[in-house]
Amino acid sequence: MTDHEHGEHATSEHAHPGAKAYVGIAVILTVITAFEVAIFYIPQMHPVLVPSLLTLSALKFTLVVMFYMHLKFDHRLFSWLFVMPMILAAAVILALMKLFGVF
Amino acid sequence: MAVAAHAVPHAAHPPTSTGLNSRKMLFWAFLGSECMFFGSLIATYLVYRGRDQVGPHPHEIFSIPFTSFSAFVLLMSSLTMVLALAAIQRGDQKKGSLWLAATALLGMTFVGGQCYEFTEFFYKGLHLQTNLFGSTFFVLTGFHGTHVTVGVIWLWTLFTLAVRGKIPKEKALDVEIAGLYWHFVDIVWIAIFTLVYLIQ
Repeated sequence: MTDHEHGEHATSEHAHPGAKAYVGIAVILTVITAFEVAIFYIPQMHPVLVPSLLTLSALKFTLVVMFYMHLKFDHRLFSWLFVMPMILAAAVILALMKLFGVF
Repeated sequence: MAVAAHAVPHAAHPPTSTGLNSRKMLFWAFLGSECMFFGSLIATYLVYRGRDQVGPHPHEIFSIPFTSFSAFVLLMSSLTMVLALAAIQRGDQKKGSLWLAATALLGMTFVGGQCYEFTEFFYKGLHLQTNLFGSTFFVLTGFHGTHVTVGVIWLWTLFTLAVRGKIPKEKALDVEIAGLYWHFVDIVWIAIFTLVYLIQ
């Protein structure tokens, strides 16, 4: 790899958001958390409680990983190192739940 | 979302075949292994949920308002952590140390809340050996709490170094890696809060 290519990698690894963006993400995360708790206490929402909570939780998870952990801005190899084991873990959870007759 | 791509100095590291920092890559691989570790604990909790012969059961002892506050505290600690990193990357060790201290204090608040919660559950009759819920719940949340405690120790160590002026912007990767760990324990709690507390 040439020095020039090395330099490009270095730049792509570190173009991080500023403080305003971080605070904006925190506000979104707080609103989602409040929404999750509200859904839990509203009886009319109970038929869709599980899919709603899973969706909101996945949204929070993604926001933290993409912006606070900088995976959106870092090299793609870091994403693969994290996402592949995560998919494996999710597959193990689903397989065990199926095996034990949870669904 | 607008991205203020401020110039962040890239810490010098030996040339690698990928051009990426080996420490950072190793840490991402470690976090990948941690995903599988917590995945197995979450799977065990979910598989045995609702199979208890005796109580207490989750809906009898969980305090959602209290746990929601703990979740909020941990989310805010992620914000202070990323602000600490941004300050260190700018070369502002004074602000960086303040944000690191704030993160550590929020982490200690979370751990304190967990100790209080565990004590409450203990006096309500839920022990590690009481039932499947007790075993799987305490193991899962206990391991998470241990991770947070390790993170708090790490953060105070970095705080001490920053106060002494020993984390210049060239060493920002030290804080970035600690930040990755801290955000990871936050996302694990995001999953636990939903799967264990809210979906009962």
